[in-house]
Amino acid sequence: PIKHAEHFSNHLSNIQNTRTEDTEQQIIRETFHLVSKRDENICNFLEGGLLIGGSDNKLIYRHYATLYFVFCVDSSESELGILDLIQVLVETLDKCFENVCELDLIFHVDKVHNILAEMVMGGMVLETNMSEIITQVEAQGKMEKSEAGITGAPARAVSAVKNMNLPEMPKNINIGDISIKVPNLPSFK
Amino acid sequence: MALKIVKGSIDRMFDKNLQDLVRGIRNHKEDEAKYISTCIDEIKQELKQDNIAVKANAVCKLTYLQMLGYDVSWAAFNIVEVMSSSKFTYKRIGYLAASQCFHEGTDVIMLTTNQIRKDLSSPNQYDTGVALTGLSCFVTPDLARDLANDIMTLMSHTKPYIRKKAVLIMYKVFLKYPESLRPAFPRLKEKLEDPDPGVQSAAVNVICELARRNPKNYLSLAPLFFKLMTSSTNNWVLIKIIKLFGALTPLEPRLGKKLIEPLTNLIHSTSAMSLLYECVNTVIAVLISLSSGMPNHSASIQLCVQKLRILIEDSDQNLKYLGLLAMSKILKTHPKSVQSHKDLILQCLDDKDESIRLRALDLLYGMVSKKNLMEIVKKLMLHVDKAEGTTYRDELLTKIIDICSQSNFQYITNFEWYISILVELTRLEGTRHGHLIASQMLDVAIRVKAIRGFAVAQMATLLDNAHLLTGNTQRNGICEVLYAAAWICGEFSEHLEDPMQTLEAMLRPKVATLPGHIQAVYVQNAAKLFATVLRKHDGETESQAAQETSQLLIDRLPLFVQSANLEVQERASCILQLVKYIQKLQQKNVEVAEEVTALFAGELNPVAPKAQKKVPIPEGLDLDAWINEPPSGSESEDEKPKAVFAKEEPKHSRSRHTEVDEKELARRREVRKQEQASNPFYIKASPSSQKVYDAPGVEHIPVVQIDLSVPLKVPGMPMSDQYLKLEEERRQKEKAERKKKEKKKKREKRGKERKADSGPESEEDITPAHQVDIVTEEMPENALPSDDDDKDPNDPHKALDIDLDKPLADSDKLPVRTHRPEVLKSPAEDRDGESVPQETKKKSGKEKKKDKEKDRKRSKEEKKKKKKPKEVEEELLESQPEEAVQSEETKEAAAPPTSTSAEASDLDFWLSSAPVPPAAQEVTAPSSSAAAVDTSSAAAPESEPDEPKDTEPEDTKSSKHKKKKQKKEKEEKEKKKKKRHHHHHQHHGDAGGEDSVQNGTVEEEEPLPPMSNYSLLAENSYIKMVYDIQGNHQDESKVVVSVIFENKSDSFLKAMEFNVLDSLNSKLQRPEGAGAHDSLTVPFQLPPGVSNEARFVFSVQSIVMPQKLKGTLTFIVKSDESSTHEKLDFKLHFTCTSYLITTPCYSDAYAKLLESGDLKGSSLRLEGINMPFHHLLARICFHHHFSVVERIDSCASMYSRSIQGHHVCLLVKTSDQTVSIDAKCDEPSLLGNVLDEIKQTFSKC
Repeated sequence: PIKHAEHFSNHLSNIQNTRTEDTEQQIIRETFHLVSKRDENICNFLEGGLLIGGSDNKLIYRHYATLYFVFCVDSSESELGILDLIQVLVETLDKCFENVCELDLIFHVDKVHNILAEMVMGGMVLETNMSEIITQVEAQGKMEKSEAGITGAPARAVSAVKNMNLPEMPKNINIGDISIKVPNLPSFK
Repeated sequence: MALKIVKGSIDRMFDKNLQDLVRGIRNHKEDEAKYISTCIDEIKQELKQDNIAVKANAVCKLTYLQMLGYDVSWAAFNIVEVMSSSKFTYKRIGYLAASQCFHEGTDVIMLTTNQIRKDLSSPNQYDTGVALTGLSCFVTPDLARDLANDIMTLMSHTKPYIRKKAVLIMYKVFLKYPESLRPAFPRLKEKLEDPDPGVQSAAVNVICELARRNPKNYLSLAPLFFKLMTSSTNNWVLIKIIKLFGALTPLEPRLGKKLIEPLTNLIHSTSAMSLLYECVNTVIAVLISLSSGMPNHSASIQLCVQKLRILIEDSDQNLKYLGLLAMSKILKTHPKSVQSHKDLILQCLDDKDESIRLRALDLLYGMVSKKNLMEIVKKLMLHVDKAEGTTYRDELLTKIIDICSQSNFQYITNFEWYISILVELTRLEGTRHGHLIASQMLDVAIRVKAIRGFAVAQMATLLDNAHLLTGNTQRNGICEVLYAAAWICGEFSEHLEDPMQTLEAMLRPKVATLPGHIQAVYVQNAAKLFATVLRKHDGETESQAAQETSQLLIDRLPLFVQSANLEVQERASCILQLVKYIQKLQQKNVEVAEEVTALFAGELNPVAPKAQKKVPIPEGLDLDAWINEPPSGSESEDEKPKAVFAKEEPKHSRSRHTEVDEKELARRREVRKQEQASNPFYIKASPSSQKVYDAPGVEHIPVVQIDLSVPLKVPGMPMSDQYLKLEEERRQKEKAERKKKEKKKKREKRGKERKADSGPESEEDITPAHQVDIVTEEMPENALPSDDDDKDPNDPHKALDIDLDKPLADSDKLPVRTHRPEVLKSPAEDRDGESVPQETKKKSGKEKKKDKEKDRKRSKEEKKKKKKPKEVEEELLESQPEEAVQSEETKEAAAPPTSTSAEASDLDFWLSSAPVPPAAQEVTAPSSSAAAVDTSSAAAPESEPDEPKDTEPEDTKSSKHKKKKQKKEKEEKEKKKKKRHHHHHQHHGDAGGEDSVQNGTVEEEEPLPPMSNYSLLAENSYIKMVYDIQGNHQDESKVVVSVIFENKSDSFLKAMEFNVLDSLNSKLQRPEGAGAHDSLTVPFQLPPGVSNEARFVFSVQSIVMPQKLKGTLTFIVKSDESSTHEKLDFKLHFTCTSYLITTPCYSDAYAKLLESGDLKGSSLRLEGINMPFHHLLARICFHHHFSVVERIDSCASMYSRSIQGHHVCLLVKTSDQTVSIDAKCDEPSLLGNVLDEIKQTFSKC
């Protein structure tokens, strides 16, 4: 099964084995350290160290612009399959956030979690069909909206106001063009 | 007041939400910790509010902070609060937080059980989904136990979205609560054929994961998975299944044979690299399991290697990496096919990606042979020089050593070369592996006697140049080699040319800077050298040299006597005194050499690492038995206080020898001596250590003197290269010589020689450069060959090693909450509960083993029983009126036993591609389990007359039992068995003609007459064709026709071509590019008497009417003298039944279906049916693909589904040889036709 999934620069981590916060952070730091220093154009697998649970485990990652998507899996998962799964995840994010960019993922960590939950559950691959995933995510989004109803409206207005002129608003976030380009890989399904 | 609330909620709008928090953290990069701590304070305030929206918002923020590594466990209770909100929005936030923050130690988890149960049964599927997702992350053994039954119910939920999640989470439940595996497994298995691909994929996922850890329990599922593999188009599912087969093949080689063909087809056809790769992997696993070479398998290996080469040559580094990975698996069994790609592998060593280089190194390890070892190592040495990072260089170093030393230096032909390689490696700066090189040097020098002279010379040079190695001692691990060098020079000092010089080198002041353990070896071996020098000058009167040596030692040793290291100090002072004494003797002209040498006499032999463990315990020795009788009670009390100080267990106390008389002692001493004589671990007086363990078959290897005119060491130049040249020349020479010899020799002799050498091709031409006796490691005589591979005792999967083929017992059920209707209760349980409760209660852990054995016996008996179905049937007829009420759950409880015993034979049948015996056929049909249900329930009452007799004596016995000790229980059990056996004989007398029924076994009998779904297609004197048509839920417009071709003639049948005249509605699927009337080639030939099965896919449009298609089979009959072209016409009958698929349906769903009113009715009456009701049901199930939904007395509801999703419901009633069937279906013409077909089935019998 998939031991944990994470992606960096916005620090989403989803660790399936229960550990303490400290080891979790250690795993993330170590993984980031390992993955980020790797060059482009070398293979996307890293064999297991002790921290990620021994030699049966592998880190499998993909790198999009400033984002790394890293999955830690054991030998029951197909390596190329997981690469495709990451691709599906990114494409799904792209659809759900409409042209996803790094900041989307940073500010909507919960949403990313919910999307991931439709794909991987308890470390096992749940669904790989993108349209099915999107259908379920959207249906749940709709439910949320209908529940918010009238009371939700002022909250949304407030958050719009906040975005406009509150002092926390970042002055110079340089987004540049870090919107993720989703390359057309040979489709898997 | 109201205003206050409004004001409060408006205030709340200005609370930070998650986005604000994230933004805030990003804006406070400098003082992040401080900012977050104020945020946490705010959150704490928010959590105190009553408003659930506020709480949810706070929890949402906490989840984010948890991800950043902050401890939020203090908010666990608030998380539970948010989880239990009725709004989905908040519930989801709560569950997400729980899945991130909760773990086994979180105590509030206990509080969640009821909330989760409520959410699981929520009418809103997303509530259920969110609960399942959350639960999958934090499920504990308690939660698993309490919720297993609820989750199992969800596995049959109407919504596929819930089903797939429920199926997947079962894996986690099994891990936490292994007892749930057996009761849940039948339903899980059912889900493998779920109409929804997502659910199916989840089920495959779970079963594969289970099977990976305990493959043997899942072998019986192989046919099912095989079917899925050949029918599924979902690559994820295929990959999982193919990976699973990779785990199963080692257990069942026949499975491998069956897999090769479909897998090779997939390899050829698939465009998905991931699938291709897994196929290759599994083919490799198959080939490994089929170690006995079948000729046509070399083609498969070639295919794999060829595909892998394409992967490795690909520019995609991922494919390259995986290709190398898979290649290394082939290497283990088929090294030759990989060796031909050596160029490619060596090329990969230059890759910029370290992972790939390491993989290539791994491959090289297996690729070496005597022939290419030197060349490969030379390449590696070049890489060592080039390597930049020390990690990779160290990796190279270890690999070189691994490669050379593998399997007892099997591939090394020239040890001088190897020693010089090792010496070269010592020049690596900053390596961590000094000790590795050192141990190699020691190993070679000790075990290869012929090399000692050379080794000692090299080591002496090393010692002389020690300053080069010890440049920066502290960081440098390489000085470890000096340890080896010093020891070798000392131990084998007789080979030294100038021991005096070496001795001087070993006593230089700089040595004192070396690590302590090395200095200690230096000092000790200096003494050995001293002995050698003395002996050399033995006999020379007033030898100046000997006295000079003594003086040298006396001068230099005090330096070591002052050492801070205890070991060094001790040895040095000891030896210093010794030398001083010797000097005195020398001055008196006393001969001392011999006595000094005696100090270091004897030789060391290597001992195998596990030798001690493997010494067998001699027969008759009981290590637990008392050597002397234990002292009487009073004495042992005296003994006790002693034990406080001496921790030895009383068993080992040796203090009682005194009481034994002298004679006895003498006798024992004698025995011990004899024992020691045959025990290699005792050092004996006789020089048995001189014994040399020659490697088998080394004696006759010719000895060639190496030309030593080449200088041994050219400073600054790698000298191992020269050996390469030399070696080549030597081989050339040898070849020439051999050719000469061969001419003289007779062929027979050469044959012998070849046998003796087992290397790969032309290996036998290469002989070692000098006599090598690789001293094998010593092992005790008659050592046990066992190799205990220790399994990790903490592996959670160990608990899941559960025999799933064993019939479900009534103890195998999931705990159900008591206030619920008892869903799992079945008549079988009731009966057991009344008659034999004491038996189940008595069962202790130990006895479970016995039960297993019983089961095995039982299944054996079943097999016997099957041979006499008629008798059983008679029995059944008698017992039929007593039938108990059967609920849907009985089916679940009772179905597995029959289907599993059937499956075992099913697997055998499936694996042997022999002609279809009708008896086996009966169990291959998917509906057999349903059929078996009825029989088992019907069979149950039959055992009743048996039971009262049995239980009565047991009752009285059990009360006695409790008083008796455990030891005696065993005997008792055996007695009981005999008793029971006796009873059974009585019964045998009563019933007559039934001889293998034992109590409890009857339930699993299969009394139905053999049935087959295959019906005759056509037959002539050459060939017989039977066929079966099966639908598939995955594709509503396809059916698969399986045709078994049986060759009835004595000739060979080949070039069989199958063709069908398509109709508008039904068409044979032909490969792309083929014309509409082209025939399909049957993919096999038939030798005489052989049968084989081929499958043809047909597409159909409308399924409401039966249809017949005309077709022809043409084939060539080839006998010894002639061959003729023959033809056989046939009609394929697509009945409406063949479009139905056995689909289980639960009674609630069934009732809803009938209530919906969408179905149209029809009915049928059958007169004169003279068969038991359960037979009737079984026939409908089997021949018409129905499943029993519910059955009450002589009335049963049944269900089936067409490939296009039509529901077909039957209500079958029987009374007095009349059967009435009321049927409902959403397609009346389909129903009419199905009923006609049912009628026809029963008119036949």
